[in-house]
Amino acid sequence: MNTISPYILLSAVLFTMGVIGFLTRRNAIMIFMSVELMLNSANLAFVAFAHQWGQLDGQMFVFFVMAVAAAEVAVGLALIVTVFRTKQSANVDELNQLKG
Amino acid sequence: MQLFYISPILFPLLGLLINATLGKRLGERAIGAVASLMVIAAFIVSAMVFSQVGALPEGTSAIPVDLGIPWIQVGTLTVPFGLQLDALSATMMLIVTGVGALIHIYSIGYMHGDPRFQRFFVYLNLFIASMLVLVMSNNFLLMFVGWELVGLCSYLLIGFWFNNIKNAEAGRKAFVVNRIGDVGFILAIMAIFVAFGTLTFTDVFSKVATFGVNAPIIVGITLLLFVGATGKSAQIPLFVWLPDAMAGPTPVSALIHAATMVTAGIYMMTRAHVLFAAAPDTQTVVAVVGALTAFVAGSVALTQNDIKKVLAYSTISQLGFMVAAAGLGAYVASVFHLATHAFFKALLFLAAGSVIHGMEHLSHSKHGAHGDHKEPIDPQDMRNMGGLRTKMPVTFIVFLIGSLALAGIFPLAGFWSKDEIIVAALSKNILVFVLLGITAVFTAFYVGRQLVMVFFGKPRTEDAAHAAESSPLMTIPLIILAVLSAIGGALNLPGVGSLGNWLAPVLGEAEAEAFQIGVAGFFTVLSIAALAGAWALYRNAYAKADDKDPLQKLGPLYTFIKRAWFIDAIYKDVVVKLFYAACSFLARVFDIGGIDGVVNGAGTLVQKASGGLRKAQNGFVRSYGLMMLVGVVVIVAWFVYSAGAR
Repeated sequence: MNTISPYILLSAVLFTMGVIGFLTRRNAIMIFMSVELMLNSANLAFVAFAHQWGQLDGQMFVFFVMAVAAAEVAVGLALIVTVFRTKQSANVDELNQLKG
Repeated sequence: MQLFYISPILFPLLGLLINATLGKRLGERAIGAVASLMVIAAFIVSAMVFSQVGALPEGTSAIPVDLGIPWIQVGTLTVPFGLQLDALSATMMLIVTGVGALIHIYSIGYMHGDPRFQRFFVYLNLFIASMLVLVMSNNFLLMFVGWELVGLCSYLLIGFWFNNIKNAEAGRKAFVVNRIGDVGFILAIMAIFVAFGTLTFTDVFSKVATFGVNAPIIVGITLLLFVGATGKSAQIPLFVWLPDAMAGPTPVSALIHAATMVTAGIYMMTRAHVLFAAAPDTQTVVAVVGALTAFVAGSVALTQNDIKKVLAYSTISQLGFMVAAAGLGAYVASVFHLATHAFFKALLFLAAGSVIHGMEHLSHSKHGAHGDHKEPIDPQDMRNMGGLRTKMPVTFIVFLIGSLALAGIFPLAGFWSKDEIIVAALSKNILVFVLLGITAVFTAFYVGRQLVMVFFGKPRTEDAAHAAESSPLMTIPLIILAVLSAIGGALNLPGVGSLGNWLAPVLGEAEAEAFQIGVAGFFTVLSIAALAGAWALYRNAYAKADDKDPLQKLGPLYTFIKRAWFIDAIYKDVVVKLFYAACSFLARVFDIGGIDGVVNGAGTLVQKASGGLRKAQNGFVRSYGLMMLVGVVVIVAWFVYSAGAR
């Protein structure tokens, strides 16, 4: 078992938890947090591989992901607040006006 | 300088523009003056062109007019916008603008007070311009443009009083029937291009000799050209539109449906005489069809009671003479008869218009004066007339001259031109000769019948009793035309043959038929006998308007002839009914079942398919998430698999 395996394992576990949370939760905030979890598991994998191969590219990507995630938080939270104001709830199953 | 040569076309167009744009402000007199002056200007230019053609040096037959405008250039097809000014077209220009100018002047009086006075003169000017395009063009396609334009004018003017549905229907009928002929003409144009590679008259005619006599392609082309001519010049089987065309105002009948437009077919065949000369088979067909038309229409004219219908069938009959002459190769005689017929038939129509005007005098003068609710009589029905000789002396005299010219009485114009055709027929085709000979007798008889019924005896209605002579604006053109009808024969006297010499550069040296005093005398005697017969039969026939026609003693034959040999009825019951049946099949079965079925089917298919797909759009955010996950997993699995396979 080489040195990188624990990091990748942790990353995979975190990602799986994120996916499960994303699919099972109904509250928009919780879904949002699950997405963050997936992003950060990806970040962890990036860092681990960058360390393994001795290259900085992966670490560079992490900064980008963080920046995008931050922007996403700003937009996403604003959306959730607006939805909550109109619907008096953050349950995503109630957002079905556009179904075919 | 080139502008000078197209100015005959441009003058009427200018008049059209002025009257169409400013007409509302100008008032009747100015509109009439502008329109007439423009045609007179075109006539003056035509006369100058005519004299220039006469002054051409030996060996050249046409004034070279290259406008330098290539009109259509597609592949090897080049159609110039060019003019052919030779003896033939100059003659036609003179007839069109000369008779046209007189009829314009007459129309000022005839159309006085019509609510669409302005529109009438716009149409008339358009007609003159179109007819000049037809006769002046130097290629078949430009000729076809003029051909279609005059057809349009004819349609517009037949249906001029379109408030009456009958007039509108007559216009439509003329348009549709003419279309059949036009299809023949345009197919001929295509065939000419295929065979010769050009559409310019001189180029086509110079190549005809290479095909030999009766080459199938030449026979086909000429037959198709003749189909075009049967439409425009009202020959069997397409003549049915012309009698109905009398629904238009009388000056229109005179100008378009007697003197000029209907002769376009004869002009076209004369222009293409080189083609026809190379196809004797076609010529035989042309001669026989022309003679048959002359005979059939001449017989129908014997029984008509409408003053204009008699003249209409007479026109068809005389056109048959011209077509037969063209078919016999006697083009000079054909053009000669065309010219004299233009004079006396325009005269007869205009005089008939004057009679109608006179008949309407009573009802017009009474109009509004006191409440007279008597059913108005038909002012065109000859049975309602009688005794107009003393009421309308000028009209009577000119009508008499026109009628005798039509009947071919020496020495009026019709005598010379008809005699030339009959002599040509005698030497070339005995069947044609017999038919034309009988028709000549018919002609004299219906002319006599018409004269007696309209002008002699006692007035049979109050309207006829109170008829009044028309204004000088109408009678002066009549007098001019009467003079032309009287002396028109001088154009081509036997032995002098000036028209033959004049047209020789275009038509070739015509073998002039010797004047045969025996033939001429024979037919003169027959015509006078027929006139006398008509006098004897009809002098006392109508004491009242609803008396029986003496010819009714013929029984079923009378009905047969009066109904125009049932040709119109056959069209109505066979062609039109079949057409309507086909249309209703297409509308009710094919359109609803076929076309609509396909369209609706396509719509239903899309609806059904999308009905299945829309279930995916269920509105649950988490199910979209699941789909995204599945998608991502599939894509990643694909990459992993393909990386492993490498």
